[in-house]
Amino acid sequence: MSWAPPSDPVNNKSKPIKISQLCELCHCRKAILKRPKNLQKICKECFYYVFETEIHNTIVTNNLFQRGERVAVGASGGKDSTVLAHIMKLLNERHDYGIDITLLSVDEGIVGYRDDSLATVKRNQKQYGLPLEIVSFKELYNWTMDEIVATAGIRNSCTYCGVFRRQSLDRGAQKLNIHHVITGHNADDMAETVLMNILRGDVARLEKSTAIITQSSGSPIKRSKPFKYSYQKEIVLYAHYKKLDYFSTECTYAPEAFRGTARELMKNLEAVRPSCIIDIIHSGENLVLKEKEQRFKKLAPGQDPLTVNSGFIDGNRCERCGYLSSNKICKACMLLEGLEKNRATIILEKDSSVDGAARVMRTLEHLSF
Amino acid sequence: MVNIKVEFLGGLDVVFEKKRTYDLSIPTDGVDSFTMKDLLDYLVSNMIKNPNDVEVFIEDDTVRPGIITLINDADWELEGELEYEIEDGDVISFTSTLHGG
Repeated sequence: MSWAPPSDPVNNKSKPIKISQLCELCHCRKAILKRPKNLQKICKECFYYVFETEIHNTIVTNNLFQRGERVAVGASGGKDSTVLAHIMKLLNERHDYGIDITLLSVDEGIVGYRDDSLATVKRNQKQYGLPLEIVSFKELYNWTMDEIVATAGIRNSCTYCGVFRRQSLDRGAQKLNIHHVITGHNADDMAETVLMNILRGDVARLEKSTAIITQSSGSPIKRSKPFKYSYQKEIVLYAHYKKLDYFSTECTYAPEAFRGTARELMKNLEAVRPSCIIDIIHSGENLVLKEKEQRFKKLAPGQDPLTVNSGFIDGNRCERCGYLSSNKICKACMLLEGLEKNRATIILEKDSSVDGAARVMRTLEHLSF
Repeated sequence: MVNIKVEFLGGLDVVFEKKRTYDLSIPTDGVDSFTMKDLLDYLVSNMIKNPNDVEVFIEDDTVRPGIITLINDADWELEGELEYEIEDGDVISFTSTLHGG
């Protein structure tokens, strides 16, 4: 897919700028946006500076990186991960974090969607001069998402995709011997997750959902979210003004319905009071479960629960694939088992119906007699 | 007549026949002012082919929350939103932030 940058407005108008239109930080250029966080009106140059610096501050205050660490950027080609790759490269050079950045992409095998977005990632790789590794579902599980949807139906597509993608990122990182994956999850995503967990009463997840660094017990790979406090709106504007090349098409398979509801609620709340996103994150961070005796039953007396989380103590492994799992068999293997049972035993030659099955379904939906 | 450039970004082009950029010359019927409100009405009645797609773009008579509207690269919140009077040569862009990153 070709990509054309958004147009540059030509400022040929000699309309005088009113003082009230000036940037509230530098007081010399015309403000072009109102920051959702604090309603401050600022100009383009100041926006770049505050946006980048806030992310830098998030990284420093939370000690996200160690010098010499190798870090993989989970790159989908979408707006968040494209901006993330750009910002990480920029900040690493500007503030000398001394980290080594690699782009890591997962190819789920969705014709007409992922192949196009991977093309974007490949362009990003050249634009930023970063190494790129692509791991595919086909390679890891011998199934593409198109085949999965053809077998299991479109309804559960997001479940399969989510479970396999999460594991694929870990496996990709492991393959590269990298122990830290950063993702482009932003403040909006996090606030949505907090809302979702509250709405469905998922207390266990609620507490964990606002952590900036997450690491499953026993997992050698940690994940972090440098954009935790960055508004989606600012990320999109940053990409727009910097003319970053990103991919923006909805996945051809059914979007995650419940998240959609939470997202809509968030967007409407944001329209009324933009700071609500950061407020919800703040609330989420402060909701802490009352400690239950039972939760630390396995600990030896006097042992600090925090050290257990970072060690391998309760790191159970899947009996089939060796991946970390709280059960005997990991979720991915369970899903795979179900799929294998239903795999068509006869394969049609030159059958292309599997590719882009969702598209065909969408077309069929609109047909009527 | 007002000559402007309108852009549909971030995936919004799907409801505008998959074209991202339009150079428009819109007749203003001799009236002097052509506002953002008038532009939205024009886009809805002339450029969205499928009536079901209108709600992707418009909610409660304004641009749907989650779509960023820029007038000459400035957030329309700072330009008076629906009341902004469009001039020749303006670049108006609509960017959806609603789907995955």
